[in-house]
Amino acid sequence: MFSGLESTLRGIIRSAAPIVIAGQGELITERAGVINLALDGTIMLSAMTAHVVARETGSLPQAILAAMLVGAAVVFVVVVSSIGLRLNQVAVGFVLTVLCADLAIFLGKPHFNRPGTEIPTMPIPLLEDIPFFGPVLFRHNLLIYFSLILTLLVWFYIYRTRPGLTLRSIGEQPEAAFVRGTPVNPLRYAYALLGGALVGLAGATYSLSVKLGWKEDLSGEGWIALAIVIFGLWVPSRVALGAYLIVGLRSIAIDLQDSDVIDLPAQIVNMLPWFLMILTLLFATSGALEKVVRFTPDRFKPAVRRFLRAAPPRALGTTFEKH
Amino acid sequence: MLVELQNISKTFGRVRANQDISLKFEGGHIYAILGENGAGKSTLMKIMSGYQSADRGQIVVDGQALDLKAPTDAIAHGIGMLYQDPLDFPPFTILENFIAGRPGGIFPDRAAARQQLAAITERFGFGLDPNRYVDTLTIGERQQLEIVRLLSLNVRVLVLDEPTTGISAEQKTILFNVLKALARDDRMAIILVSHKLEDVIELCDLAYVLRRGRFVGEKTVPCPISELVALMFGKVVERQNRPNVMCGDSVLTVEAVRIAAQRLTVENVSLRVCSSEVIGLAGLDGSGQGEFIRACAGLFPPQSGTIKLNGRSMTRASYHDFSQAGVAFLPAGRMEEGLIKGMTLTEHFALTQRSPRPWINWFEARQITAERIKNFNVKGRPGSPIQTLSGGNQQRFALSLLRQNLKVLLLEHPTRGLDVESANTIWEQLLKRREQGTAIIFISAELDEIVSYSDRILVFFGGRATMVDDPAEMTADRLGELIGGRE
Repeated sequence: MFSGLESTLRGIIRSAAPIVIAGQGELITERAGVINLALDGTIMLSAMTAHVVARETGSLPQAILAAMLVGAAVVFVVVVSSIGLRLNQVAVGFVLTVLCADLAIFLGKPHFNRPGTEIPTMPIPLLEDIPFFGPVLFRHNLLIYFSLILTLLVWFYIYRTRPGLTLRSIGEQPEAAFVRGTPVNPLRYAYALLGGALVGLAGATYSLSVKLGWKEDLSGEGWIALAIVIFGLWVPSRVALGAYLIVGLRSIAIDLQDSDVIDLPAQIVNMLPWFLMILTLLFATSGALEKVVRFTPDRFKPAVRRFLRAAPPRALGTTFEKH
Repeated sequence: MLVELQNISKTFGRVRANQDISLKFEGGHIYAILGENGAGKSTLMKIMSGYQSADRGQIVVDGQALDLKAPTDAIAHGIGMLYQDPLDFPPFTILENFIAGRPGGIFPDRAAARQQLAAITERFGFGLDPNRYVDTLTIGERQQLEIVRLLSLNVRVLVLDEPTTGISAEQKTILFNVLKALARDDRMAIILVSHKLEDVIELCDLAYVLRRGRFVGEKTVPCPISELVALMFGKVVERQNRPNVMCGDSVLTVEAVRIAAQRLTVENVSLRVCSSEVIGLAGLDGSGQGEFIRACAGLFPPQSGTIKLNGRSMTRASYHDFSQAGVAFLPAGRMEEGLIKGMTLTEHFALTQRSPRPWINWFEARQITAERIKNFNVKGRPGSPIQTLSGGNQQRFALSLLRQNLKVLLLEHPTRGLDVESANTIWEQLLKRREQGTAIIFISAELDEIVSYSDRILVFFGGRATMVDDPAEMTADRLGELIGGRE
């Protein structure tokens, strides 16, 4: 049905969808200044939830909604305990991720390895017939389409709208945002919940589309999404790029193993995101960036700088309190 | 426009930042709020600009009392403030910073904002390219951006908190010209919060002076600089007679040191201190005395010159070497630099003990701590976390941790924020150490403290120091002139 390259690219877009969705969700949360470290457990719990709800009710919208509620609920615990109770966000997130993963395994036991419900594929008329691009981009289900346009939506929102500017400002310098009349903490709640709901949606994407049904081998995907937000230096386009890159490398490695061309252990590939993350952080913080800019022709300097410059939201993981 | 602060009071825990302060500001004038660090200037202005709320008192604009819940309320009534650390967003562009916080719909009108920004920057000759990123700007340019932003929000009263710290001389000239134009042409009220006398003299019409959280007086500027200093530092009291301890051998010799700090360079300062001598370091905040005392503690290596302890060269030695050699330093930030929040008194004591054994004898540590508490008159128990003690008790406990028979004891504002009683007990302890032969060097913003306890005074101004050999002969006017930089 598909040629080799077509099916590889198609597969990458499918498998990267949950990581893209979770990554953009976490990006929104972190841009508001909140770290949700519970990503990994949240994805497992919401994937299990979507699977079970879809089986029990037969309703896919209900399954997706349930998964998003689970994601929002987990992040709600993080924000209440950090903004409300002044606990450490990292500590709370870490405990929650372990708790959610165990909860998913425990609650999901009766539904383990049962056939899952799949979201029907909805090819887009006319576009699906374009040679090569049709099969790669336009023969997917709704969740995959969503993952494809989400990056654009997030980019547009945070760089082109006033509320997006406000979102960036509360994660960067909450005092300055407060002085300009922004209700910092209510907005942090709102954006954290939105980001959490997207993480839940990523979980649903796994169990309803990518790895049908409920299996425990989802563990680790959330950490990769977290790493990709750092690798992407909190910029939507680069987060998407990172997700497709990592999933692409993973699928190439699997193909190579199958074809016995070279024997590359899958674990090596799984280590790549972490290497990339450390390298990116080194690059972004060591002044190497300015060197790159210095060697580019003057005409391109602003463009190159704009593409490369990025820094963590300065108020990430801190709490804001009016004196 | 007339803004009145009426009976403003504000307390933070035990600290009374503002006590019953009433001031008036009228359009068309430039005012100074003058005072040393910790005098309560910033707190008062933050209350006026809606950033903090007062415990008591009210703000009245043109006869109407305001209820300010947030800085935006103050801006709506025409009061805008430029904070000491620029409150902007470094990774954003100038245009984005200008737009953030302005009213408007979901999609900001960038073209209109660009025009408005250009109109104001052109009037004042600011070179602000809207596409530049704020993290590539100097502090002075970031201030200009904030001023432009506040003016575009139709502010009628502009408060500037220490605006001349960290900006270049040219930028200061530009800033002052802008402020003069705003007061003269636009009839705005400009309020300059500062501890720099030369800025106040150059720019302002009227100076309100705060000291220890209270309003202590006002002066029409220009006036003799010593009159401002007298208000800022308090009256010089009669020097009490105290037994002159015989000076022993010279312990600390500083020869022609040059210390390059971020914002100023200390040039060519020399000092020879003998045992049992008390040296007071006077000067406005940031005149170089802080850098000098840190150099004497080994925390700030001098670029040139020599430091000797008992004849041994210590010029490049580390803080650890200095403390081994019998030098101790108590910084002004007790909780930030000196003591450890969350640790009990016993734990603090155990930390200072050197012992070859890897474990701690808690029984013994508790006993000795209890003994120290008694001897040094600290109100607290061995098990109390340090932050639960009052400032005076923290300071007495910090002193009790220092070992006996120190060669040199360096103190930065040893009695800042303490009441008279506490300050006296601190000095009782210090003088006891002096009798044991310890030389004491201290920084203070209280002239009477400097005059009554020092054997000699070293006055700093702009990184240079003048030695006063006999404080008893020193008149308030003369000291004021030295501190204000008039020879």
